[in-house]
This record gives sequence, C-alpha cells and structure tokens, in this order.
Amino acid sequence: MNFFATVGRFTLEALAALGRLAIFAANSVRHVLQPPFFLKNIGQQMMVIGYYSLPVVGLTALFTGAALAQQIYVGSERFNAESTMAAVVVIAIVRELGPVLGGLMVAGRVSSAMAAEIGTMRVTEQIDALVTLSTDPYKYLVVPRLLAGLVTLPLLVIVANTIGVFGGFLVATQRLGFNPGNYLVATMNFLETTDIVSSLVKAGVFGVIISLMGCYHGYHSSGGAQGVGRATTNAVVSAFILILLANLIITITVFQS
Amino acid sequence: MTQTPKIELAGVKKRFGSKVVLDGVDLTVLKGESLVVIGGSGTGKSVLLKCILGLLRPESGMIRIDGKDVLRQSHKERKAQMAKFGMLFQGAALFDSLPVWENVSFGLMKARGMKRNEAKEIAIEKLQRVGLAADVANLHPDELSGGMKKRVGLARAIATEPDIIFFDEPTTGLDPIMADVINDLIVECVRDLGVTTVTITHDMASARKIADQVAMLYQGKIIWQGAKEQVDNSNNAYVDQFIHGRADGPIKMAVRSA
Ligand SMILES: Nc1ncnc2c1ncn2[C@@H]1O[C@H](COP(=O)(O)OP(=O)(O)OP(=O)(O)O)[C@@H](O)[C@H]1O
Ligand SMILES: [Mg+2]
Repeated sequence: MNFFATVGRFTLEALAALGRLAIFAANSVRHVLQPPFFLKNIGQQMMVIGYYSLPVVGLTALFTGAALAQQIYVGSERFNAESTMAAVVVIAIVRELGPVLGGLMVAGRVSSAMAAEIGTMRVTEQIDALVTLSTDPYKYLVVPRLLAGLVTLPLLVIVANTIGVFGGFLVATQRLGFNPGNYLVATMNFLETTDIVSSLVKAGVFGVIISLMGCYHGYHSSGGAQGVGRATTNAVVSAFILILLANLIITITVFQS
Repeated sequence: MTQTPKIELAGVKKRFGSKVVLDGVDLTVLKGESLVVIGGSGTGKSVLLKCILGLLRPESGMIRIDGKDVLRQSHKERKAQMAKFGMLFQGAALFDSLPVWENVSFGLMKARGMKRNEAKEIAIEKLQRVGLAADVANLHPDELSGGMKKRVGLARAIATEPDIIFFDEPTTGLDPIMADVINDLIVECVRDLGVTTVTITHDMASARKIADQVAMLYQGKIIWQGAKEQVDNSNNAYVDQFIHGRADGPIKMAVRSA
C-alpha cells in the first residue's frame, strides 16, 4: 500500500517536473525568435561557456586521446597496428569521446554556474525586479545562454577533437615509435564527413542541454542558499544524464548499419 | 462624478500550499494618492504588492489597474501595464552583476533604449535625490551597506518616472535623518509628480508623514482603511495596538500563544 503511494507520488512529481521543463523550453524557444535581442549578453555567455572552458576541455581531450592510443596498441598487437590504431583513435574521439567528454566537462563547469547565478537571482528577487523593469527574464537571461551554448559547444568540440587526435598521435609517434607521416595519412583516410557532422550536431545539442538545465533549475529554485545549492546539483546531474541519453539517441540514429 | 480608481482590488485570495496568506483583500487607491499599508510581520504585505504587480498570481479575486482587469489581460497588455510601475523591493533586489548606475538606469536602457551616457547622467541625478554621491555610481552592489542598497533600489524605482510606485519598507535600515530624507522624496513624488504610491512600513513616523490613506492588513484581510488623521481615533483595537506597538491587545503574537 505504502509502496504504491510512494511510486504514485514519485510518478506524479516526475510528470509535473517534465511538464514544467516543457513549458520552460517552449517559452525559451518562443523568445528566441522575438526582439529585443540582448547581443551583449550572448557575447558574454559565449566567453564564459567557450573561452574559459578551453583549458579543461583541451586537457581532457589530450589525456583521453593519449590513453586511448596506448590501450589500442596493447589490444591490437596481433593486427596491423599502425593503421588500426590511427583509425580507432580518430573515430572514437570524433564520434564519441570528443563531444561526450567535452560536453560533460562543460556541463560540470557551466550548468552549475548558471544554476547558481540564476538561482541566486531568483531567491534575492532580482528576477522579479527584472520583470518590474519591463525586461523579460527569458530574453535577458535564458535566451542568451541557450544561443551561446548552441554556438559555442561545436567550436569547443572541434578543438577537443583536434587535441584528442593529437594526443593519440603523440603517444603513437613519441612512445611507440610509429611513423608520423603514415599515422596522419591513416587518420585522414578513416575520417568521414558523417563523423564530423555527427560530432558537431551532438555538440550543438549538448550545448543546448547544458544551458537549458542550468537555466531551468536556477529559474525554479526556491528556499534560500540551500535551494540554490540543490538547484546547482540537480542542474549538473540532469545535464549529465540528458547528454548521455541524447548521445545514445544520435549515435543510434546516425550510425545505423 | 466618480473617478476611476488607479488600483482596485476585490476579494483577492492567495495561498502557498495550505497556508492562506491573502484571504479576500479589498482595497482601493485613487490617482495621485499615497496609501500606506501597515500590518504585522508575515501578514502578507509584500505578497499583496507582488499580486498587484503580477509577480504572483492570486487564486481568485479581481485586480484592476486604471480600470483594466489585469488578471485577464494578454501577455502584451500586461507588459504595457508593467511600464507604469516602479517597485522598491524589501531586500532592494539589486542586480549584483551590474554597477550601481546601470542598476538605476536599467529600465531606461533596456526597456526604453536610452543611450548609455545619457542614462548614466540620469542615474547620477537620481542617486543624488536619494542622498548618494556620484562616486557611488561605479561601485558594485556588494560594496554597499544595507541602507545604501535600499536607496539605490529607491533610485531605480523612480528612475523611469512611473505612474505608480510601490515602496516595500523604504526606510527600514536607515538612520532617522536619512529616513526623513526618503520620506520627503516620497511625498515629493506624490505632491509634485502626481504619482500614485503604495508604501509598506512599520515605521509610524514615516507613515504619518507620507500617507494620505492608511490601511491595515491582518489575517489576510484589510481590517481598517481611513485617512491618516483618523488613525489615532480609529476605534479599532487592532489598529490601536499596532500603532502604539503594544504587546497586549487583540493581536496575539505566535510566541505568546505557543
Ligand atoms: N514564495 C513564497 N512561497 C511560500 N510562502 C511564501 C512565499 N512568499 C511569501 N510566503 C509566505 O507568505 C507570508 C507573507 O509573507 P510576506 O513577505 O508578504 O510578509 P510581510 O507582511 O511582507 O512581512 P514583513 O513585514 O516581515 O516583510 C509569510 O508567512 C511567508 O512565509
Ligand atoms: Mg515584506
């Protein structure tokens, strides 16, 4: 009896949250298309999301590419190592690891910061103050972050992919004694347009997820410092899960056979 | 001829979960009038202002601004309506990412598209009106004292020269002299600029100075409203207890009944 009540309550709450999120997303999209546009805010957010994330995303990609190369070398000694290794590194990085790890790292940095900032604005009535000054909080706060996420993440992922492949290249040539020229030729041969396009599409989707989760949880936070803390955690956790889920869906859709 | 009230509330009810805060508020404010709302802490005075502003949506009742029913307005009409309002929040609610002068001129720049240098001049002038020197303009809100924040909030509320201004405890946290400067400013807004104001205060000296009308909120209803001259002989035990600040009387504080 108690068990059913718990399940029922949980289901209702989950549905309510889903509804709120849908309304929030619909409102945001509606406001993307109508003026005024706060261009300065978009620029600011692109800096916060993109530029300041470069070090952490770059390092993640570098280490991952390098470790990947080492693993593949160990695992594929029996085959034609040189071309296999270049191929697996570039495909794994561009198709999956670049966008996913890049997205997760940025989500950890940015979703939390957005939720904390907007959440604080909510609990200190700054969002109410925006409304009284005839400025729509969706337009002023949410839309610039969503657009910045959408545009910036693909750029970041291009950087991440490049550095990731370079990490593999470093291990292959410096540690394992592969021929640099052959390695690069093999890399270019195996990389296809679909890989790059899917990588960028993923990045764009992840960018929107990151900003949406940060804004949504911040916007709906309540209950002082504790509430803002909760919003921050929820923003990161939900961004992580949605990124991994979206990644799976895109991968299944694009790479079918 | 009867004039259309600037603000008119009838039967406004607002609850949070099972907690009823407003339980059928009726209130009328005429154009160019200064209404002071008094009432105990936590009786819903701030909630009342937020309902009128549309920041909170009451469950039932009617709210009219200039004769228009705001609860049944479209999004667009609502926005046009909002341009008439200025609001000083109880906690000032300054934007902490912006310097003081951009806070003050936010409405002018963002909603009316005023140029930055012109907006800054107006901001500095408004800051002077609330007794703050021009060098405060470039500080950030976290560098201000509580009373200074309040005054910046006040400058922001009057900067767009709205029709209706709400002041949520404008003098709380100010020294008595500065409090009187602020009282004068509010009086000036009403007398000289014809602004309609609703002020929440616990400070009876301030209330006596700025009010035309006084209304008392108690247990979710306006239990008394009258001209300020009548406050002292309202024949209302609740009002009497409140304005004299007596612990004994019909209003029981939760600490005593526990
Ligand atoms: N967003 C909210 N969610 C839940 N309850 C709220 C919310 N806002 C206000 N309340 C409750 O409504 C009641 C009235 O709050 P309000 O802030 O209007 O009081 P007040 O009369 O302005 O008091 P004070 O003089 O101390 O400022 C309080 O009991 C408060 O707990
Ligand atoms: Mg209050």
